[in-house]
Amino acid sequence: MNFDFQWFINLFSIVLPALKITIGISLVSLAFTLLLSIIISIVRYYKVWGVYQFFGVYITFFRATPLVAQLFILYFGLPCVVPALKSMTAFQATVIALTLNTASFMAEDLRAALESVDIGQLEACYSMGMAKYQTMIRVVLPQALVVALPSLGNRFIGIIKGSALGFTVGLADIMAKAKIEAALSLRFFEAYLCVTVIYLVIVVFVENIQKLLEKRIQKFC
Amino acid sequence: MIKIEHLKMQFGELIILKDINIEVSKGEVVALIGPSGTGKSTFLRCLNFLVKPTEGKITIDGFTVDAKTASKKDIHVLRQKTAMVFQNYNLLKNKTAIQNVMEPMITVQKKSKEEAEEIAIDLLKKVGLLEKRDAYPKEMSGGQQQRIGIARAMAVNANVILFDEPTSSLDPELVEEVLAVIKQLAAENNKTMLIVTHEMKFAKEVADKMIFLENGYIAGMGTPKEIFQNCTNERIRKFVNKVTANNVEDK
Repeated sequence: MNFDFQWFINLFSIVLPALKITIGISLVSLAFTLLLSIIISIVRYYKVWGVYQFFGVYITFFRATPLVAQLFILYFGLPCVVPALKSMTAFQATVIALTLNTASFMAEDLRAALESVDIGQLEACYSMGMAKYQTMIRVVLPQALVVALPSLGNRFIGIIKGSALGFTVGLADIMAKAKIEAALSLRFFEAYLCVTVIYLVIVVFVENIQKLLEKRIQKFC
Repeated sequence: MIKIEHLKMQFGELIILKDINIEVSKGEVVALIGPSGTGKSTFLRCLNFLVKPTEGKITIDGFTVDAKTASKKDIHVLRQKTAMVFQNYNLLKNKTAIQNVMEPMITVQKKSKEEAEEIAIDLLKKVGLLEKRDAYPKEMSGGQQQRIGIARAMAVNANVILFDEPTSSLDPELVEEVLAVIKQLAAENNKTMLIVTHEMKFAKEVADKMIFLENGYIAGMGTPKEIFQNCTNERIRKFVNKVTANNVEDK
């Protein structure tokens, strides 16, 4: 087999500096996704008229269409219609696409988790005179996040891998670096194996953090 | 203290409470008894609008709410005038025992953390569970959870405490510890208590007044003595004596 092991090892030193882009995109997208999902899930939980339907359409659209199509529309399509968007960077476009896409799934995970919180918990809060928002923030949401934790972990892993699509709009992440090296040397196998190993290590790391978190909250759920 | 006028609760076609009129004075302990499914719990839940009554007026501690015109704010005020102890304890699962007791003081009464903690420690001592202060609900037995539930209801600092079958989910060994706490509470504090219960012996001992509810009506009302001994209503006499006879201690 024609596998250049030395080249493969050397490639890591070229690709790894771009890791900060991949990790940066993933963390920023995760933060925005969590925020957006929480808002959408609460709106859908309370069935706030109008906004509820709007987010329903949003969820259907972003779940039904491929991430790469959403990214292209956002980065190449929309700036033609809205000139103000021309200044959008590849980083921003990738974050926005990843956030909008992942939030459409995560919002549904969270809504199900919110609905799984026992009605007795709400009754207890209301009977004490607590307001609706206090009940949501102090009791329902924390319990729902615990329930949703495994699927939130899944979504985060999805974000990390999804960030690899950034290269299609010119983002210099690890995938882009590997692709460039592959094209220059025609050593595709080594190049893709290199990024595969890096993604694998990141995801194993995330999995372990998730396990640790789950262990910590075990005592009350 | 509590005045209920023409309370009616209808769920679709089903009429659960027909026309309830009750007056309870301050410090009185009232036991609500009657067969299952006759609206005892629903009645209690109407008092703090966990179940919205269809018609009628509820006055608690000088504050009157009309079921037909009740606003969110009215309901909010009314709820602060009562505290509730639930059949399934309903301790907040993501909070420890002491945090559960502190919750109404912090969120509703806006007390400082230090002050709330001080009061909570006192209340935990009262129900004999100070050593469980940092335990989460799932780390406690049903009886312990219910005692924390009672401490939490005390922390609400309302003049009225509603007990919704406080011992029905407990196994027999744990019933006593919870009843003892309620009895002590009734003796020490001048709180008005409404207790839905099937524990006839307990009701007899602790209640000033007993109300027998059946088919959405008040079928009878009186002191424990009147209900247990001198009741002229054949149905009530049969019920209380049957339930009492089922109790091993009384056999």
